[in-house]
Amino acid sequence: MYRYDEFDHTFVEERVAQFREQVARRLSGELTEDEFKPLRLMNGLYLQLHAYMLRVAVPYGTLSSQQMRKLAHIARRYDKGYGHFTTRQNIQFNWPKLEEAADILAELAEVEMHAIQTSGNCIRNVTADHFAGAAADEIEDPRVTAEVIRQWSSLHPEFSFLPRKFKVAVTGASNDRAAIKVHDIGLQMVRDARGRAGFKVIVGGGLGRTPLIGETIREFLPKRYLLSYLEAILRVYNELGRRDNIYKARIKILVKEIGAKAFAEMVEKEWQFLKDWDVDLPDEEFARIQAYFAPPPFDDLPAVTASFEAQRFENRDFARWVRNNVDAHKAPGYAIVTVSLKPEGGVPGDATAAQMEAVADLAARYSFDEIRVSHEQNLVLAHVRQADLYAVWQGLIAAELASANAGLISDIISCPGLDYCNLATARSIPVAQRISRRFADIERQHDIGGLKLKISGCINACGHHHVGHIGILGVDKKGQEFYQITLGGNADENAVLGRIVGPAFSYDTVVDAVETIVDTYLGQRRNGEAFNQTLARVGFDPFKEKLYAPH
Amino acid sequence: MPLIKDSQIVEDVWTSLDDGAPLAPGVWPIVSLERWQAERETLMEAGVPIGLRLRSDQSPRAIAEELEHFGVIALAFPKFTDGRPYSSARLLRERYGFTGELRAVGHVLRDQALFLLRCGFDAFEVAPDTSPDAWRAALAKIKVRYQSAADHRSTAGRLSRKAVRPAQARTPALSLEPEPCAASWAY
Repeated sequence: MYRYDEFDHTFVEERVAQFREQVARRLSGELTEDEFKPLRLMNGLYLQLHAYMLRVAVPYGTLSSQQMRKLAHIARRYDKGYGHFTTRQNIQFNWPKLEEAADILAELAEVEMHAIQTSGNCIRNVTADHFAGAAADEIEDPRVTAEVIRQWSSLHPEFSFLPRKFKVAVTGASNDRAAIKVHDIGLQMVRDARGRAGFKVIVGGGLGRTPLIGETIREFLPKRYLLSYLEAILRVYNELGRRDNIYKARIKILVKEIGAKAFAEMVEKEWQFLKDWDVDLPDEEFARIQAYFAPPPFDDLPAVTASFEAQRFENRDFARWVRNNVDAHKAPGYAIVTVSLKPEGGVPGDATAAQMEAVADLAARYSFDEIRVSHEQNLVLAHVRQADLYAVWQGLIAAELASANAGLISDIISCPGLDYCNLATARSIPVAQRISRRFADIERQHDIGGLKLKISGCINACGHHHVGHIGILGVDKKGQEFYQITLGGNADENAVLGRIVGPAFSYDTVVDAVETIVDTYLGQRRNGEAFNQTLARVGFDPFKEKLYAPH
Repeated sequence: MPLIKDSQIVEDVWTSLDDGAPLAPGVWPIVSLERWQAERETLMEAGVPIGLRLRSDQSPRAIAEELEHFGVIALAFPKFTDGRPYSSARLLRERYGFTGELRAVGHVLRDQALFLLRCGFDAFEVAPDTSPDAWRAALAKIKVRYQSAADHRSTAGRLSRKAVRPAQARTPALSLEPEPCAASWAY
């Protein structure tokens, strides 16, 4: 993984000192809250319902064991002993004190981490496929691109005060695990007719109150022009994006209003001026960054590991966990492990300090010292020998992290909701907890099969409900929480927005409604169809009938 | 408003004129785009240098062919969170080769100083209580640069390790010598 050199170290240390001074000016009253707000937001510090919240960047979701241990330390020393992994592959601490914020940043700097641009109207932490470097369907490790973008966008002088926040996601594979079509810019590595690697460029996707699927504005961008092309997109957006209405300020609105074709033409025109300027990285610098993401030294192993096959055969629970939480690896004899942060009745994405340390230890011992955070709010050990899977599973059991539910109905994406967030209009965590308890029977979950359920506590859609197979949106109606359900959404390469099934449900009845939807699906399912396939075949009516039938 | 250049308070030789205010002998006016467009001939015959003021929603693309007439261009920040003048500044410097004074006016805080400088601004109208020392200190806070911009400090930053030189300038007015940057507006 990427390692800081002297240059990067200097940068984060300068930044900590700068922020320490800004906090001092705020505490002394020299800066007003209005003036301080954009500055603290640029360093990931939010003011939430009950306290400050610090969002720490995990670039493209990759952590070393040492970094994970530092996060555990911060959780213990500065917070209440836990942290929350987010849909943007970051981690949030919910209870830091303003006076200690700079100290936390200094601790992070020690392990080559920061909270820069995890908030504010700037280019945010760049996300990537959490199976990067391990997936068989990959053209190139997308983290190289993401790291190049991370560096280029760090304190970008022109693009630090955009109309609105700006999120970039990168995938190196054709199977999209990074939800690139619902980002401001989505980059998919592709090859041209001559076999050269480059990017398909998608802009204007996003969720929130105006959910839109991104539009492709360039089928193939040669790799070497990555930054000049991004600079062209960002400049067009910075100049023309709306600033009169916060709800219409994202690039998706600009692309929608002028049309993807017209937008693409403006970008191309701007790019003609920028492409041979000095924006793009020279090949040597690209190669320097790429070298950090060289594959780890995999051993030459047979594709099938006899001991692993025997353990699977002998232990039903292990076999079940493998079936759901273990994916195929590109290197023979290795596997990808998803560590579920969705225990029965738990808070999706939360991990205690002890759990973070347990995962750090397992990564150090079994997965080349590397951990990933997925946008589905789980952790990933990307390079585990099949022969070690049983030991990893045992270690996860000891840490209460062995839920065998990756990709199943209780693997819920949920925003923090009204329990923490000052934008929320309804609780989402307790709904997620109740659903996971209702479907606690793991056999039943397996029978239901892969199903993505996503919950947002307000219209801003941090829980990605629009792209859940089942999406739940919490709304406030005259002081009461209600939950609108959408069906048929999807966040992968065939991204599509779900549609509202009918009138909203109360807090008390929403879990029953989910169960009714699932039962209806099971009743209608043919030949192992996935949820969205059944929905496409039978339509919404059978679901409506069951949900809204007079009792 | 105090004017900072080279991290020092300097005397302002320009006067910002409202659209209705008369020209006066010996006064170097900074006028709005509307006034420039309406009174172009009169202003050019006044016998004094002319400055132009652009709101953040006015693109310099509109006056790219007329830059030779302006000694200063003032780009206004209605709020310091309005980032459009940064793009305007880079266009003026890098694409259109403007070598006169580029002035940040409006809501200008020292926390923006580095961004402003890197986009090509070289003069800053600041709040009356701004100390030049604090301004200088703010500029010194972050020395590392990850990307090239109008200051062409890429050569001093990330890219220098490989001794990469920037592409050739399109505009003869800008010198792209690696370091120090020889253009008159660079620090």
